[in-house]
Order: sequence, then structure tokens, then C-alpha cells
Amino acid sequence: MTDQKPVHSAVLVKQVPDTHRITGDVMTKDGTMNRNALPAIFNPEDLNALEMALQVRDRCGGTVTAITMGPPKAANVLREALFRGADRVILLTDRKFAGADTLATSYALKCAVEKAGPFDLIFCGRQAIDGDTAQVGPQLAEKLGIPQITYAETIVEVSSSQIVAERALDSGSEIVRCKLPCLLTVVGSANTPRPASVRRRIERKLAAAPGEYAAIRAQWPEFESDEQLDAYLTAHDLKIAVWTAEDIGASEEQVGLAGSPTQVHKINFVVLESTESKTVPATPEGIAAMIQELVHEYIVG
Amino acid sequence: MTEQNSIWVFIEQTDGKIADVSLELTGKARELADQLGYEVVGLVMGRDVGPLAQQVIERGADRVLLADDPELADYRTLPYARVAIAEARARKPEIFLIGGTPNGRDLAPRVASALRCGLTADCTDLQIGEYTIRKENKTYPNLLYQIRPAFGGNLIATIVNPKTRPQMATVREGVMRLPAARPDRKGTIEKIVPAFEPGDFALEVLSRQVRHSTVQLKEAPVVVSGGAGVGSAEDFALLRDLANLLGGEVGASRAAVDAGMIGREHQVGQTGTTVRPRLYIAAGISGAIQHRAGMDESSKIIAINTDPNAPMFQIAHYKIVGDVAEVLPLIIKTLRERSMDQREQE
Repeated sequence: MTDQKPVHSAVLVKQVPDTHRITGDVMTKDGTMNRNALPAIFNPEDLNALEMALQVRDRCGGTVTAITMGPPKAANVLREALFRGADRVILLTDRKFAGADTLATSYALKCAVEKAGPFDLIFCGRQAIDGDTAQVGPQLAEKLGIPQITYAETIVEVSSSQIVAERALDSGSEIVRCKLPCLLTVVGSANTPRPASVRRRIERKLAAAPGEYAAIRAQWPEFESDEQLDAYLTAHDLKIAVWTAEDIGASEEQVGLAGSPTQVHKINFVVLESTESKTVPATPEGIAAMIQELVHEYIVG
Repeated sequence: MTEQNSIWVFIEQTDGKIADVSLELTGKARELADQLGYEVVGLVMGRDVGPLAQQVIERGADRVLLADDPELADYRTLPYARVAIAEARARKPEIFLIGGTPNGRDLAPRVASALRCGLTADCTDLQIGEYTIRKENKTYPNLLYQIRPAFGGNLIATIVNPKTRPQMATVREGVMRLPAARPDRKGTIEKIVPAFEPGDFALEVLSRQVRHSTVQLKEAPVVVSGGAGVGSAEDFALLRDLANLLGGEVGASRAAVDAGMIGREHQVGQTGTTVRPRLYIAAGISGAIQHRAGMDESSKIIAINTDPNAPMFQIAHYKIVGDVAEVLPLIIKTLRERSMDQREQE
């Protein structure tokens, strides 16, 4: 019997500082960090996760809901998710979430997923480039009490009751079959994320969270009041839902700093110890002299 | 009787062979346990894995918890997590170390979430120390310092879990040194019986392909590594030539791997392989801390970079300011001429 029921997916995404672009400008002379010097981007593997969810929707029907937790400006990644094809987006933002480690983050996401769901599939990027921990996906799966498929690269088969997926591991690969609901963490080699469509971008250019209404109205003066804009956005599915800790029924002791067992004891700025070093001119003579020295020290045979 | 405080190590095995990282961590656990007067416990799971227990004891464990069950034959998240969570709940280890392998990174967060304890990924050092919470005017002694580069690698963070147990951390292979086996060491082997639930088998493995990596970075005497400054996948051929001439292996920075210039199995650094060769050549690698963490114990370092301020120069023994595409051919040419001279002399 073929199973033709639609599949509803949630994708957890994160806005991250573009740590790949760290340059000298980011570190100031007194050794502190200038975070503003780094652009905020859509975490790369979360785009692969979104693409995988959209491909499931292409195959099975259903919906894709993108959820992020972050400061109000994280609404930018949700707009991007809308432009690329997400049906619904939710921003979790609350000062109470600040300072969360992966455990507190996964708890807040669990509360949000349960409120927004039920979902058949949950997608996360394998890891975020600002921490590289790859912990939130499995922790969220545990909190939801569902199985996990980490390092997912290809979906071989999917229906509303089960999924067959290939996992890409350093040591090889694995094909697994899992009952739904389940959570997948998606690797960067999984796919090439579709770009935002021009049509969707035009149709959804007004998409905004309530905190952004003033900025939107400055640009589009035809909306005379927040209420008018709100009514328009609601009617056109363009309102970015904003949920607080209270909205998702999260216990205060389990979110943010309070809910984080890990604490930063200290941060050391990296002071490089200068090694005794020689500057070698990039000339045949310079190189030859260096190699001669290495031969003498039995470093080069 | 109160059970002795303990440091646990998850002993990962595939087809009856223990992963190097698990034995490396057993050695590190031994060091930390000797400082604290704790016991080292190895948690072995699998099918027909009884013979592995003594190997773990020889590397430093006092006790091995042995879960030998057909359902544990191959690694699967839920059955393995079930055993680890149940045992940790019952026996309350102070510290729980897990290798940062694909399976270890799949298991550790699942376990930490269930135990509601802190977990730090990819530590590059583990130490014991104290931590004071000023607001409480209280000092927590004998904590595990989980040390790792943070935020793009410009910082080194020391993370602690003052209030929750176990204190969990993952560490990549090669970061800690493999302790010598001591066949005379004795320890206790304790069998444990898993209590699975039907939901633990929601996922089944249909097929598995093991790829034995042909890249032998960890043991290579010479590593020639390229970074973003190499430019392209084609230009990595120069690094291969040089590595072949020197009897070494090709490494790479994460930037080069992410740009698709070379496979991930070549990556050196915190999230790749840690190497300690006698010669490390860093070609076009700026030298972020994550990269340096994986190579700064090399005996000699040659750095080549167009940017005279690249951090890599500060730990290099030989600094060459110049373009990789020009400098590498010079080195290759010099070495080739040398070996030809040698042949003529023979």
C-alpha cells in the first residue's frame, strides 16, 4: 500500500556571525572582539537542511516551517527561508533566552517545536559555524523523545510513516531506515540549496515581525498605522510569528543562562609565543640554505 | 558503601577493534584520576566484546563496564544511549569523556540531554581546577576544565560545569597521546545487562560501507598543508609533489576543505586531525587557532604566506613571505636537484 499522506517538516535554523571571514579587523588592539565587523549570515548547513525539507515537500506534499531562536534581527534568516520556499516562519526571541548553551537551546527549541507541531520530520544543519558543536540536533531529538539520523546526506525514500536515508561519515557511509517522527541533521554535501526565487522575494518583501513595523512603515508610507500593517501582513501570511519563553510555556529555570550547565570560566586571548625563527627570502639561494639546514638537523633526509 | 568517584570513558569499537581515541582518552582519564584520587571506568558496548576489557585496563582503567548484547553489535544511537544513560544515572560518574568521532558526536549530546548535564565539544585540553561563583560566594573545587578554541578561533575558552554531573566532553582523535599498554595492570570487569525498550529499535541500519582512509596524517613524518592561499584544487598538486618528495602526507586547513579544494580527511586542526610531524609546511594557511591546535607540536614549521602578518608566522621556525605558487616550485626544484646530486655521487 502506498502511503500518500503529506509530510510536515520543521527546520531549525540559526543566524551566525560569518566566522569564515575573520580578519585582523575583528580583533581590536586591546584584544577585544569587534563583533559588528562580522556580517551575520544564514548558517550554511541550515540552508542544506531547509533544502532537504523543501525537497521532501516537493515529493510528498505537506508544509515546511522554519524556526529560529535569536535576537530580533534573526528575523532576517526567516525572511530568507520564506524567499527560498518555507511556508511558515517563527522567531523565538526573549531576553530570557540569552546566554543559552546547547542544552538550554535545545530545551527552548523543543518547546517551540511542540507548540508549532506536530511534525513528521525535523531538520537541523549538522552544526553551526560559530560553535561547531553539532550538539543541538541530537539534544533536541532526545528532548522530543524521537530518533535521530545525524550526518544525513541523501533521502533515499520518504513517506509519512518512515524514511530511508544515507548518512555520510568520515569512516564511510550508512543507509538507515527509521520510523517517523524523527530528526535529521544535514551535512553540507547533501545538496545545493535553491536560491531565493525572484517571485517569492517580490511577493514576500513585506514579511516582518512586529518589532520591525516602524522600519517597514518608514519604507512603505501607505501603511498609516502598525495596526493597518499588521492586518495586511496577517491576511497575506507575511507576519513573522514572534514567540517568547512564556508563549512556548518554557520553564524559566531551563532557558538562557539559568538553564545552561556549562559556564565560561575564562577566556584567554591567544598570545602567540614567538618561536626562534628565521626569515627566508623567497629566492633559490634562500630556499637552498633553508633546506641545507634542515638536512643537517636530520629533518629532511 | 558509597561508590568511589569515577571518570568514565566511552570505549568505541568497530568489529572488535577499539578506536584509538578511546584508548587515548583512557590514558588522559588515568592522569586526571590520579590527581583526584578517582577511579577510571571504561564503558564497553558491543557484541562479543569481552576480550576488549583487558585492553582498556592495560591503558589505565580500574574497572570496565561490559555490555555485551547482540543488539549492540553495530553502533546505533538509541540502544547505545539507553545503556550509557541508565548506567550513568545509577552510578553517577563525575566526568564522562567520549571520543569526537562521528558516533561519539552522535551519542554524547543525546546522553547529555537526557542527564541534563553540560557537554563541551572538541576539547583540545582537559585539566582539573576550581571555579568560584562570586554571586554565591562559593568555590567549586576539582572541576574538569574543558578547554577549547572559541568564536572563530581568536579565543581559547575554559568551560566548566560546576553544578551538574557528569561533566561531559568530547575530544578528537590524536589530541591526547596514546598511553603505552601495561600488560601487568589489573582491573575489575563488571557485566551489565541492558534494559532496552521497543522504541530503541525505531531505526535500523540497512547497509554500511566502511571506507578505510588512505590518508595517514597522524603518523606522517612530514605534513605539507595547504590553506585558502593555495588558490585551487589544481594547485594542491604542487603540495602532493612536495609531500611525495619528502615522504610525507598532504594536509589542509579547514578553509581549503570548505572551499572544496581537497577532501575533509586531509583536514588538520581542532575539528580534523592532530599531527606532530618532524616537519610541517603550512602553505597559504593564515593560522587560526583551530588549525594551530592541530599542528603546533610539530618539531619544525615552515610557513609560506603572502601576508607578512599571518599568525602562522609567529609559530613558524622558517618564515617565507611569498606566493605559494612561486615558493613551492622553488622548494621542489631544490630538493630534486639535491637528490640528483646525491645519485651522481653514489
